[in-house]
Amino acid sequence: MWYLCVFYHRLLDYRIPEFESLADLFGAFGDKRSSDFNTQDKVLQWRLPKHHHPDSPFHFVHLPYEDVARKIANRSILVKGIYELWGEGNDFEELEEAVKSYPDERKLPYLEYESTFKITVDSFGKVLSLQEQNERIQGLSYIPFKGRVNLKNPDHNFWLMETDENETNNGLPPVVKRRIFFGREIGVADRKLIPMYQLKTRNYLGPTAMDAEMAFLMANQAQAAPGKLVYDPFVGTGSILVSAAHFGAMTMGADIDIRVVRDGRGPDCNVWSNFKQYGLPMPIGLLRADNNLPPWRPGLKEVFDGIICDPPYGVRAGGRKSGGRKLLKGIVSPYTVPDDKRADHIPSTAAYTLVECVHDLLDLAARMLIMGGRLVFFYPVLREDGSVETHFPEHPCFKLVATSEQMLSSRYSRVLLTMVKTSLYTEELALAARIKHLEFRENHLKWLENGNLHSSVFSPADAESGDSKVSKESKLKYRGKYV
Amino acid sequence: MRLLTHNMLSSNIKGVTNGFPLKIQVEKVVEKQVEINHDFLRNIFPKIDWKAFSDASRIMGYDEMPEEPPEPSVLELNVEFLGKFHHALLELHLEEGALLCPETGRKFPVNKGIPNMLLLEDKV
Repeated sequence: MWYLCVFYHRLLDYRIPEFESLADLFGAFGDKRSSDFNTQDKVLQWRLPKHHHPDSPFHFVHLPYEDVARKIANRSILVKGIYELWGEGNDFEELEEAVKSYPDERKLPYLEYESTFKITVDSFGKVLSLQEQNERIQGLSYIPFKGRVNLKNPDHNFWLMETDENETNNGLPPVVKRRIFFGREIGVADRKLIPMYQLKTRNYLGPTAMDAEMAFLMANQAQAAPGKLVYDPFVGTGSILVSAAHFGAMTMGADIDIRVVRDGRGPDCNVWSNFKQYGLPMPIGLLRADNNLPPWRPGLKEVFDGIICDPPYGVRAGGRKSGGRKLLKGIVSPYTVPDDKRADHIPSTAAYTLVECVHDLLDLAARMLIMGGRLVFFYPVLREDGSVETHFPEHPCFKLVATSEQMLSSRYSRVLLTMVKTSLYTEELALAARIKHLEFRENHLKWLENGNLHSSVFSPADAESGDSKVSKESKLKYRGKYV
Repeated sequence: MRLLTHNMLSSNIKGVTNGFPLKIQVEKVVEKQVEINHDFLRNIFPKIDWKAFSDASRIMGYDEMPEEPPEPSVLELNVEFLGKFHHALLELHLEEGALLCPETGRKFPVNKGIPNMLLLEDKV
């Protein structure tokens, strides 16, 4: 059946991938275990209202059961609500005609005497006064409501939603025509999560703690759920694992920096306390380990259901790996720390470029994820060259199912990549991956070598261009997906 | 450090061929409650190296895990065993102690429940 799906007007690139990840999690594509990982494309059918731009918050989506729709809406971060559409139109006459011709057997069960109901009026791109809202509700008198009104806890919620025309300054996408929808609510999102988990109330924060909304989106992309084990190899203050734990997954994390994972800022201000703060189960494992030299036992594979991380890409925090800078370059030969100094010795580390880091991450994920498991991570992209074609890292064990861009500055964005493991990890595939990686590094990744990204992002603007003024004036009010 | 983590780790010192299982040196063991999830236990069971796991559980002071790996069907039928397996795997927590490389004896300290698996400069 087709449902009306209304999104929050933010992070536009993330909306449909999140929806489809949750649809998969809740069984919209059939039983997970029996599905063939390789062939099945897990995408839903989508349709836009007449004359709407793809950036419109209103979409129609085809789902097999109402129950799936409800579960998706209740767990999603970017879905405002999912509705059974009773009618739509360009004006109220058209709407009335559509609602009247909607089959009675779909409507009457929700209009009965014993039931209670509520009608909410919502608008996109304009504000309706209370009086206007009341007039609109009165205008629905052609619907034979027999139940009683209950604004606090109704059995059935009905929504009247409308969009405005695209005018110059209301921030609406181009080509949105006025459209009115009336429907029955199937499920709405719980945005209370976001203020509850927002970073400003978090006890222990680092410079790169993931904001709560994004962390929940990442956990949804990874399909975190009870009975699953989720791993973050760059755990830091645990901000990503907190969201996975909220959805009931068991969590495990590693970091190379002992100050972050063990010490924190005091007895009640460390990674553990971030879980305690929300009454969440603690991670079942935290360790200090180097992603470049992972300590996993030989033969261990397919233990994690999801790997979620924000790798250090050298803009706000750089990656580190074992071995001193001079040591790895061969300037000094390996030295042995005297026995009396061993206990408190902090081994030196060297810079860890994003290229290496992503390679190690893909290799780790290929080995340690179960079949059908998901790798979800951020990857930086420079926006300057304006090239549409972006090359993302690849691995023969993985299929890239979603890329969602978030603009961070005029210079660079980060793209959330969601990959699904579709082939078993073998030595041959690992070798093929290494070769592919070397080619990738040769061709596209010069700027990802140590420090280049940082300088591209922070270097002063080019004085010659002088067009900054022009671009400021010509800036459109409509910001597309960068809302 | 839970025994699940212990079961996954090995010594990755250069040149060491048999770094698993790491020997546990116990200073302090605490029990941390974890909500039981049967599906998780059944999924993780085939991935556990049983001998290392049952030996480790005894070192941690818990004698209920048999030396021989049980049949997977036990997990379906015997809820009591599932509870014990859960306790040994996820609730026993090495708060302070160390992990020793079985080949070189190199000590990986465990402080505040977090094993430090980083190598020193000469072993990278």
